[in-house]
Amino acid sequence: MAEPNMVLNNPGLAATAREQELIAQVQRGRTELFYELVRPYERRVYAAALAILRNDADAEDVAQEAMLKALANIRQFRAEARFSTWLIQITVNEALMRRRRERKGMVESIDEGRDEEGEYAPRDFADWREIPSEELERKEVRLKLAEALASLDRKYREVFMLRDVEHLNIQETAETLGISVASVKTRLLRARLMLRDLLAGGWNQGWFSRLPFEKGTKPW
Amino acid sequence: MVNKDAIRCEQVWLEVSNYVEGDLDAGLRAAMDAHFLTCAKCRSVLDGMRNVIQLYGDERMIEVPAGFSRRLERRIVQSTKIRSRGWSVWSAWLIPAAAMVLIAGGIRIASSATVPHPLRSEHAQPARNIPSDMIVVVSAGAKDFHRPGCDAIHNKEQERTLTAADAIRQGYVPCVRCLRKYLETTAAGRTDLEREGEFPLEATREDLDRGH
Repeated sequence: MAEPNMVLNNPGLAATAREQELIAQVQRGRTELFYELVRPYERRVYAAALAILRNDADAEDVAQEAMLKALANIRQFRAEARFSTWLIQITVNEALMRRRRERKGMVESIDEGRDEEGEYAPRDFADWREIPSEELERKEVRLKLAEALASLDRKYREVFMLRDVEHLNIQETAETLGISVASVKTRLLRARLMLRDLLAGGWNQGWFSRLPFEKGTKPW
Repeated sequence: MVNKDAIRCEQVWLEVSNYVEGDLDAGLRAAMDAHFLTCAKCRSVLDGMRNVIQLYGDERMIEVPAGFSRRLERRIVQSTKIRSRGWSVWSAWLIPAAAMVLIAGGIRIASSATVPHPLRSEHAQPARNIPSDMIVVVSAGAKDFHRPGCDAIHNKEQERTLTAADAIRQGYVPCVRCLRKYLETTAAGRTDLEREGEFPLEATREDLDRGH
């Protein structure tokens, strides 16, 4: 039989097969396996909650509650969806509910949910050099990336987070946030362009200074 | 043959995100390909955007607080322990407990015939015996906290999990059905309540029948 060999020779397939097996077992009542099932996604769940709540303690609390809710509803999970997407969607719902509760009574800006009109023009056109992903090992770089993301308006930050950090597709991002596909695309474009400019500015302040770029060039 | 002038830089900036997504029709994509070959500005925009996506898409970007995994695992394990006990464990202590309540209730009804006691609602009783770290659930718009799975939980779509200590701190009161055994109820209180018909002994039997 070819299939078992394919699984053995492909770690990605093996991981997926293991995940499906774990889901089936947890659905049959072996709840003690649930943590093993969600462990690969715990960082992403936390990040999704943090992008919405912007508070470490709240994000951790919501991440835990989302995991427990996923466990309570595991029988409703259907194999046609990705488990990670399902988990992230539960987390985003929990985080949005928490935010609504905490902002109850506060008046939100009328413009909060609208897409800005007009185009966003990039500001920096320096020669681009790729930043090696090893740079992410440096805390300073991770911090600057996190700060740049946190500085975006909520509507841009949430869309970017779900699409480019959590790897939901455009349609899933739209469904999770309850906005149109067109809005997701507009916000994603702006978020990506703004982050590009923000990080290019960071280069001028020297936080990629240890990178082996040629003199006078910028990372992008 | 598509040339660079077939599309302006401003139009490229509008579509660059869709280009990265592979979400363009063939004609526009070809025009942008040609534009990128000769326009350094737009190539800078494209490359910078790709770099942003690559950096943020790397899981090492995500930092979690120290001890996050340990705390998450502990909370999940606590929750799964509660779930795995299930009905079999509930029934194991509920049956003798219910029997004892019935016996005690009978004795108190008899004794209350001669000694008057003030009326007390179980809702008003402090839940001093509830372990502070017990995982309980509350739901939006309700005042009670419950053990997970309690039939008396309203609005289950909006329930959240927390410890009993937190629930009490936040002003919730224990559910008189699923947390009955922890309620500090005096013998007199139960007798009077039963007499008032608020919590008849039959309710305990019904709970038992429902596996509660």
